[in-house]
Amino acid sequence: MRRAYFKNNWIAALVVAPQLLIIFVFFYWPSSQALYWAFTLEQPWGGGNEWVWFENFAYLLSDDRYWQSVRVSTVYALATTALAMGMALILALFADRQLRGYKSFRIGLIWPYAVAAPAIGLAFRFIFNPSAGVASYLNYAFPDFWDPIMNGSHAMTMVIIAGAWKQVSYSFIFFLAGLQSIPRSLTEAAAMDGARPMRRMMDIQLPLLTPTFFFLLVINITDSFTDSFGIVDTMTSGGPARATNLMVYKIYEDGFRGLDYSGAAAQSIILMILVISLTFIQFRYVERRVHYT
Amino acid sequence: MIERTPWLNLVTHAILFTGLFILVVPIYLVIVAASQTLPDVMAIPAKLLPGDQLLVNIRAAWEEAAFGTKFTNTMILPTGVVVGKIVIAALTAFGIVFFNHRLRMPIFWMVFITLMLPLEVRIVPTYAVAANALSPFQTILDVTGFSWLINAVSGIEVALEWNLLNSYTGLIMPLVATATGTFLYRQFFLTIPDELVEAAKMDGAGPLRFLWDILIPLSRTNMAALATIMFVVGWNQYLWPLLIITDPSYGVAAVELSRLVPNMNTTGGDIPNWHWAMAGTLIVMLPPVAVVIFMQRWFVRGLINTDK
Repeated sequence: MRRAYFKNNWIAALVVAPQLLIIFVFFYWPSSQALYWAFTLEQPWGGGNEWVWFENFAYLLSDDRYWQSVRVSTVYALATTALAMGMALILALFADRQLRGYKSFRIGLIWPYAVAAPAIGLAFRFIFNPSAGVASYLNYAFPDFWDPIMNGSHAMTMVIIAGAWKQVSYSFIFFLAGLQSIPRSLTEAAAMDGARPMRRMMDIQLPLLTPTFFFLLVINITDSFTDSFGIVDTMTSGGPARATNLMVYKIYEDGFRGLDYSGAAAQSIILMILVISLTFIQFRYVERRVHYT
Repeated sequence: MIERTPWLNLVTHAILFTGLFILVVPIYLVIVAASQTLPDVMAIPAKLLPGDQLLVNIRAAWEEAAFGTKFTNTMILPTGVVVGKIVIAALTAFGIVFFNHRLRMPIFWMVFITLMLPLEVRIVPTYAVAANALSPFQTILDVTGFSWLINAVSGIEVALEWNLLNSYTGLIMPLVATATGTFLYRQFFLTIPDELVEAAKMDGAGPLRFLWDILIPLSRTNMAALATIMFVVGWNQYLWPLLIITDPSYGVAAVELSRLVPNMNTTGGDIPNWHWAMAGTLIVMLPPVAVVIFMQRWFVRGLINTDK
C-alpha cells in the first residue's frame, strides 16, 4: 500500500472531474434512462410517459420473436466461443513450443483481431455467396447445396464462422500469454523426469491454463452477445426469416426502425442483466475456484 | 527444451500452418476478387488466381464510396478517441492513486463499473443523450425545481441543448466514456515506488509538476500500448457511427463499406459489384492491420493489461 501522498485534494478533484463528467453523461445517465424507459410506456399522442411496471417485460417474455432471438443468440454465442477458443487453444499450445518460424506464426495468427467487423462480414458474405465465388461452384456441382440467402440454418452457419474467425486472435493472444507466464522451471523439471512434450502439455500446461481459460470463456460469451452487430448487419440483416436476428440486432431494429423505445429499453435491461451476471460469475466463482500456482 | 522430437515438430508445423491457412484464406479470396473483373468474379468454377485489375477496382471503390472524405473522418475518429482516452485516463488514475481522500475507492468503483456494459447494450438511450448532451442536466434542473426558480427570478427559460448528432464530438465522446485506459494507468501508477513521490515532494514539486515531469515520461510504453488498442477499436467502430451520422460528410469508411453491396433483400437481385466491394474491404481493413503488425509488442501488452 502506498504511504506517500499529495495533500492537495482540490487538484485531485480537478483531475478526476473530466472522466466523472463524461461517464455521468454517456454512461450512467443513459443506463438509468434505459431503466426508466423499460418501466414506462410512451403515450401515443405525447404527454409524457406512463409508468407501467413490468408490462414491457411481460410483453417481451410472451413474444415468440423475442424468445427466438434469445435462442439464436445463445446458439451463436456458444458456437463461436467453442470454435474460436478451441482453435486458439490448440494453436497457442503448439505455437508455444517456439520452433523455427515462431515469430512469423505469431504475427500471422494475431492480425485478424484488427479487421473491422463489417469488413469481415462483407468478406464472408462474398465468400459464402451462393451465386459468386467459391460457394457458387459447390452449388454448380451439387444444385441447392448451399443457400444462406434463403435458408436460415445456412445463414446462421455463415454468421457463426465469421464471428469465430473474428474471435480467434483475441483468445490466441491470451492463451499464448498465459502459457508464457507458466514458470519455465516447472516444464524443465517435468522434462527431467522424462515427460515428453505432449505429456507436459496435458499434465502441466493445460491445468495451469485454467484461469486464462475461464477468463476467456466469460469474455468470449459476453462479446458474442454484445459485439455481434457489425457482422449480422453486413451479412444477413437478421434474416432470412429472423434466423440470425441476434439480441443486439433486435434491440437496434426495435429501437431505431420500429421506434419502440420502451421495448428496446426492456431488451437492453435484460441483456445488461445477462452481461452483469456473467461478469459477476467471473469474479465471484471462477477467480476463486481456480487455483493459481 | 533440448530433446529431439522430429515427428512432433512436423505435427506442430502442420497444425500451425493449418491454423494460418484458415485465417488467411478468406483474405486471400478477398484479394483475388478485388483484382478481377466482374465476369471473372462470377465465373464458375471460381478463378482462384489474382487478376490484374486490383488498382482499377480500388480506384473504382474509392470513388464509388467517396472514401476521400470518409478516410479523413475515419482518421479523426480514432485519433480523437486515442488522445481523449490517454489524457482522461492518465488524469483519473493520477487522481485516485496519488491522493489520499475518502472518495478514492468510490470513484474507482464508479469508473470500474463502466467496463461491464458495452456501448451496444445501452445504445438506444445513449443515442438520446447524443441528440442533446445537456439533457441530463436539464432534467436534473427540472426535477429539482431549479428551472422554475431561475425562470421566476430572471425570466429566462432554461432550455439547455447541445446536439451531438453529425459531429466529431458525438462520434468520439461516448467511446471515451469507458474505463479501459484508466485501469492500464492505475496498474502502472501502483508500481511507482513511494520513494519517488517523496523525493519529488522534497525537491518541492507539486502534484501537477510530478505528473508532468515524472509520471508522463515514465508511462510512455503505456501510452503506446493504449494508443495502439484504441486506434484499432476506434477505426473499427460501426454501430455508433451508423446511428449518429446521417450527413455523408461526417461518415466513416467502415459504415460506407456496407453500402457498397446493396442488400439482396431490398434490391431486385441485381448482381452486386463484388469486385469493388472487395477492393473497398481491403482498403478499410489495411490500416488497423498494419498498425497491429508494426506495433505488435505494444498491442499485445496493451490488450493483455486492459482486458480490452
